Formats: sequence, structure tokens, C-alpha cells
Amino acid sequence: MTGPLLVFPDPPPPLLAQALDLGGYTWKAVTNAAVAAQYEPLDGWAGAIVVSDTDPEGAFVVCRALRKRDAAFTPVLLLIGGRQLGELEHREDLFDDFCLTPFHPAELEARVRHLLWRTGQGATSEIVEYGDLVIDLETYQASFGARPLDLTYMEYELLKFFATHPGKVFTREQLLSRVWGYEYYGGARTVDVHVRRLRAKLGEEHAGLIQTVRSVGYRFGQSRNAVGD
Amino acid sequence: MQQQRDYVLRTVEERGVRFVRMWFTDVLGQLKSFAITPAELENALEEGMTFDGSAIEGFSRVQESDMLAVPDANTFEILPWRGDETPVARMFCDIAHLSGEPFAGDPRSVLRRNLERAREKGFTFYTGPEMEFFYFASAGGTEPLDRAGYFDLTEMDMASSLRRQTILTLEAMGIPCEYSHHEVAPSQHEIDLRYTDALTMADNVMTFRIVVKEVARDLGVYATFMPKPIAGAFGSGMHSHLSLFEGDVNAFHDPADPHGLSEVGKHFIAGLLRHAREITAVTNQTVNSYKRLIVGYEAPVYVCWARNNRSALVRVPLPKRGKESSTRIEFRSPDPACNPYLAFSVMLAAGLKGVEGGYELPPEATNNIYEMSPEERERAGIGQLPQSLAEAIDEMEGSELLAETLGEHVFDYFIRNKREEWNEYKTQVSPWEIDRYLGTL
Repeated sequence: MTGPLLVFPDPPPPLLAQALDLGGYTWKAVTNAAVAAQYEPLDGWAGAIVVSDTDPEGAFVVCRALRKRDAAFTPVLLLIGGRQLGELEHREDLFDDFCLTPFHPAELEARVRHLLWRTGQGATSEIVEYGDLVIDLETYQASFGARPLDLTYMEYELLKFFATHPGKVFTREQLLSRVWGYEYYGGARTVDVHVRRLRAKLGEEHAGLIQTVRSVGYRFGQSRNAVGD
Repeated sequence: MQQQRDYVLRTVEERGVRFVRMWFTDVLGQLKSFAITPAELENALEEGMTFDGSAIEGFSRVQESDMLAVPDANTFEILPWRGDETPVARMFCDIAHLSGEPFAGDPRSVLRRNLERAREKGFTFYTGPEMEFFYFASAGGTEPLDRAGYFDLTEMDMASSLRRQTILTLEAMGIPCEYSHHEVAPSQHEIDLRYTDALTMADNVMTFRIVVKEVARDLGVYATFMPKPIAGAFGSGMHSHLSLFEGDVNAFHDPADPHGLSEVGKHFIAGLLRHAREITAVTNQTVNSYKRLIVGYEAPVYVCWARNNRSALVRVPLPKRGKESSTRIEFRSPDPACNPYLAFSVMLAAGLKGVEGGYELPPEATNNIYEMSPEERERAGIGQLPQSLAEAIDEMEGSELLAETLGEHVFDYFIRNKREEWNEYKTQVSPWEIDRYLGTL
């Protein structure tokens, strides 16, 4: 027996309400993130279905709020219109799956079921993998195969951020604000220093995972040439 | 904060860490350590651990001996040389009174305070030291491991594998190294640490010294940071590359200046030069340090600056084209036996004093100053670094800047302790005196 699903917006599209009722799910619709927090059950929402085609801004705000909480992880299914697909870029961390509207009730139900099944597996959704690199978000441990990496807290946070955004180029300022937070004093030099420390710990073999993009910033992942080798 | 603590607690649990070493530094720069078990860790992170400070050089008097060691969760590292079987971790600690107020005798808090002063002016202080040291067969003498020289590629010798192992260990602890090579003297080596903020770097220097010694011990030899272990050979320095950043901008760099050096950079050098004699007791704190600061071994003796003259006290290395942000100055007098927290504090304070006071930079020393006569040097306004620990302490004692930078507690203790060291040295009769006088007098 799982807890209720969070649904945004309130009221939800009638077809969605109907599909959820037919699927036997309990759910609660909310108008914004504050209301979601107010009605949150003690053991958290089982998951969230966020419809973004009418109010994309509000939808992403709700997603972000769900992601920022300290409590248990909530799987988020995003319902979006086909023309909105472009908006998903750079927002990969805000949802776990999406479904195009207008949706087919059977597809929606299958996706919800699969999402809940995945969360039910516990830690599986708390693992970030890239090649041999495995980061367990639950235990804060990063390793290459069987070799654990001994990282300081900030090195761990930086590696986690990189590994969850492979292939993208980030400027030092972006990294500073996303990993350290805006209030951090010390400037972008801090990022260089930590990248160097992290590379040193990754060891010669893996140091290349964090690439310097000249006069821009850093990118995580194998260089383009190496992919597919 | 909470997340950092959780990270430390969770890592200790996951990795099966058996002991967490609490590291801190006494006023003389000796690493001190006590171990706690994981069961005590949570409490230690919240409230700190009490310990008896009366036994620590330069800490409290006996009647107020209980102190708190408050671990800095940011510095949590697993010690690679302790093996995977029973992992041991360490954290650097800040020292506080039981009331929680920072303890004035803690070198780490002295550096923090000085960095805070720089920060109020908008500056972050970065340092990158070149660490020189010797390997000997044992602590009992100066029998070298090799007879190679500068940049010699000595294959098959033990020192190369020592250096390699040392660098791998340092890198595993997040201390990146820039260059490593054989130095000029037999059995002397250098490893350069890549620049980072001064507090982290002072922690790194403490870690570096213990890593070098541990790795050497594992291979059955002895590593030393004694400034001048062999008379007649080069000594070990800790040339320190210094730079100030304002946000992301290197405050020492000015593209409009023919040499790329900004006004801030020039004033900073002028400050270092003007106060060089006062800060030398801290950057060169042993009797032996002054056996290194002599003519003929590329160690600085005279108070001057130059772009490409390695006998100058301050050198301004030319940044590579396109690497202007790496503009920095190299302060060449410190030796690796110093207390890095205090040494970085006084270098920063002297330089900042120059910036605040708008000190004018004297002209660059172009001739080889060692070849000048004393009169020529005097005409050129080139002073000399203290010739002995005694002279350096006298200079320090009269320095308002040093009292303010170190705080009265450390200032008084340091001078008292170093005077004792000097007085003890004075009573010794050296082998040189026996050789020289016994047979003839």
C-alpha cells in the first residue's frame, strides 16, 4: 500500500483524474508547492504527476520544490505538450519520466506503475553511474568498480554534480552557484582548485573524465573521440 | 554544515573507519594528534572534544588547561598509508576555550584571522610553496641515499620510488603536485604544491610533511625538513608563490604595466621587503635556518626583488603568455621547518601593510647583488636578512606589525621560546671549534 500521489495543478485535467481513479490510486491535487508541503503525508508522497502544458513555470517550480526537500525521494512524472519538449533541456534533474499530452490512459498508468516500482526498489534510484564510476547518493560513497574514492565533502558534491550532468559544459560561475551556493566567497578560482584536487584523486586513468573547456569551464565525461571506441 | 557532518558520519560508517585522528598544530608548527572512535565522532563534530592543552607548546597555562578541539568537517580525509584493513581518517581542528571562543594560541585561528582581514579588503590569498627536503639513511646522521644532482634522472634509485610513492599518496589525499625533481644537493628533493587558498595550503603543508616522513619510514629511510643538514651543500627552502585575488581577478596583474605587475602587486612586494627583517624569525624559526641564509647557495641573503635573479628575496616570475592570471610573486626566504599557518600569516600581513600604506617599490636589483661591495649595496638601499636567530628575534620583538598579526599570546610565547632555543645553542661548543682551536690554542 503506497501513500497518495501528488497532482499538479488543482483541479487537474479531468482525463488525468479519471485515469488515476480508474487505476485505484489515491491522489491529492495542489495549486502550488506551498500547498503541497502543507498536505504532505508523514511518510511523504508516493510520487508526483505534474502537468506542465497549461502552466509550465508553475509546474517546474513544483518539481524543483519536490527535489529540494530533505525527505524521501519522490518520483516525478511530467506531462508535457509535444511543443514543450525543448524546455526539458537543462531540467533533466527535475523529473524522472515524462509523458506527452494528450496521453493515452493506459500509457500513463504503465508509466506511473513503473515509477512506483522503481522507487519501491529502494536504493536503485539513488545511484548515479557513469562508466565504471558509481556514486551512491544514499551512503555518499563514490567508487570506480571495487575501488572506493576517498573524497572530502565538497569534492563529493562536485563529482556528484558532474556525474549527474555528463557531457554538458559548465562555466566556473555556474559550478560555483550550483555546487557551492551563491553565498560562497572566494570566486571561481575555488572551482579550479577543487577540480584539480578531484582529478588528483580520480588518478591518472580517470583524471580525463573532467575536461577543461578552454576559456569556458569544465565538462564531465569521456571526450567525444573516445565515445564508442 | 549539517550536510558536511552527515557526510563525515556516513563515510566513517560505510568505510569501516576505526579511528578518526584529530589534527592540530602547536605554535612551533609541530603536528599534534589524538584519536577518537567513531562512537565519539558525532559529539566531536557538534561540540568538539576536550583535551588537556597544558602539554602543548604555546598553548594554555596549567590553571586553564582544558581546551576544545573542534574538527573542521571540510578537512575529513582517509589516511591512505594506513591501509584498507582498518582505515584511519583525520580532520584538522580549530582550538577553542571551553566557552567556545577561539583560542588565541591556535596557529590555525591566527591564519584565519589574517585571512579575514584580507577578505574585508576584498582579497583572497593564495599560496603555492615549493617544498625541499632530504632523504637520509636514518635519523642518526646525514648519509645520503644518492649522489645525483639537479634534475638528474636517477633511475633505479630508491629516492625516485620514494618520491613517486609520496606524490601518489599526496594526490590520493587531494593535494595536487606540480613538479617534482631531484634538487641540487645529494639526496635532496623538491615537490611543488599547486596553489590553493592559504588556509587549505597550510593544512596541506602539515599533511605534506607527515606524508613525506611516513612514506620514507615505510621504505626504511628518513626524510627531514631541517633547513641545512649538510654544511657546504644547498639547504632546503620553502619558496612560496603568493598571489591575491579580488573575486576572480588576479590583483597582482595589470596588462597595462610593461611587466604585467599591478600597483597592488608592487605595493605588496614593497611591504614584504620593508618588513622582511621583522618576519624572518617566523619564516625561518630555527638556529639552523640561518646556516641556510648565506651567500653561495642560491638562498636569499639581501632584501631586494628582481624578475629573474634567483638570489633576490622576492622574485617575480614571468607568467606564460596567455596565463596572465598566474601572475604571482615568489618569496624565497622561508624554509620548510616553519609553522606554515604563522608563516603565511606574516607574509600576508607584511604584503598587505605595503598595499594599505601605498609603499613605493624600490628599483629592481639587476646586477648580481652578491658581487656588490657592502658600500654599493648600502648605496642601492639593499638591506640584509638577519644573520642569526638571535638577530631575527630582536627584529621581531620590536615589530608592531608582528604583535598585531600573531596576537599577543603567540607573539610573546614565540619570542620567549626562541630566546631559550638561542640561549641553549649559545652554550654549545661545536665540532668546528674543536677542529679549529683545540690543536692550536
